[in-house]
Amino acid sequence: MDELVSLWIYLSATPLFGLTATIVVYVVTHAIYARLGQAPWANPVLWTVLALVALLSVTGTPYPAYFAGAQFIHFLLGPAVVALAWPLWQRRGDLKRRAVALVVAGLAGGATAAGSAVALGWAIGLPPDLLRSLAPKSVTAPVAMGIAEQLGGIPALAAVFAVLTGLVGALCAKYLFDALGIAEPAVRGFALGTTSHGIGAARAMQVDADAGAYAGLALGMQVILATLLLPAAAAALALVAP
Amino acid sequence: MDALRGFAWLLLGQSAGELVARATGAHLPGPVIGMLAMLVALNLRVVREPVEAAANALLSHLSLLFVPVGVGVIVHLGRLADYGFRLAIVIVASTLLGMAITALVLRALWRREA
Repeated sequence: MDELVSLWIYLSATPLFGLTATIVVYVVTHAIYARLGQAPWANPVLWTVLALVALLSVTGTPYPAYFAGAQFIHFLLGPAVVALAWPLWQRRGDLKRRAVALVVAGLAGGATAAGSAVALGWAIGLPPDLLRSLAPKSVTAPVAMGIAEQLGGIPALAAVFAVLTGLVGALCAKYLFDALGIAEPAVRGFALGTTSHGIGAARAMQVDADAGAYAGLALGMQVILATLLLPAAAAALALVAP
Repeated sequence: MDALRGFAWLLLGQSAGELVARATGAHLPGPVIGMLAMLVALNLRVVREPVEAAANALLSHLSLLFVPVGVGVIVHLGRLADYGFRLAIVIVASTLLGMAITALVLRALWRREA
């Protein structure tokens, strides 16, 4: 028993633990997701996060110890964003033709998502630092952290809100679009990527290649729009979150 | 081998993006500038074939990459519990509203074009 404990102490202190736990749990939850016909509620990110939070809590492993291993996966977000160029390049003709409509829709949707979150949060009495952390939640997590910092929010909370927003989109998109009668995969994918960034794009890619490509485009567009509109967002926030 | 060569191109793209971001003081993140540069570079066959292999491998499990940040929720459970219900309402409502507006605007514009 003592040996087992000391082995655990050794393992949990090396990067091996965080990396192994993340990949093994994801492989299992992804297999279940595939088995269930990719039902939205079986989303592998959701269940992997829940399982790992439970595991860390039960074993008393601090988050930084976990992240020491998980950072290798986290790092790949950068190259993955660069890789989004590939599905876009494949559809470059379509995109050029539809550029204006896409920018207008991305601007309208992104502003609605951020604006309604801050306005609603303000109306029901959320404190200013949470409002400032909620504002960039439709932008992909690593970028949302940087934006939250510049807006005076809490970067780590902004990343969590971004992931939660991604999950809400991935879970609800199918039902929302069905209810609204929106059938075109490109429109569904673009809208999902606009509010739910990479997690929405991942879900879209699993469902339909076209939807996935447009979701990837929307993800990139939100990053660019959010960065360009940052000063305006800061001015608007000053009104409700002094 | 193709995928590995493609991964090298992706990292070079990201590095170039970081470099441009630093040099110009642009607020755009390095990977996004890298993505824009990659859109141009993909016109070269020597870049395109390996990047296709690497991109397909990386993007097919894009959602895995968000797990480490997501687990970070554990650090903020206290703060989130204090405002949990209100935060849930805000996040769900604003996400659904944003998705609906994006989809309806895009569909309306495309229908008008067609």
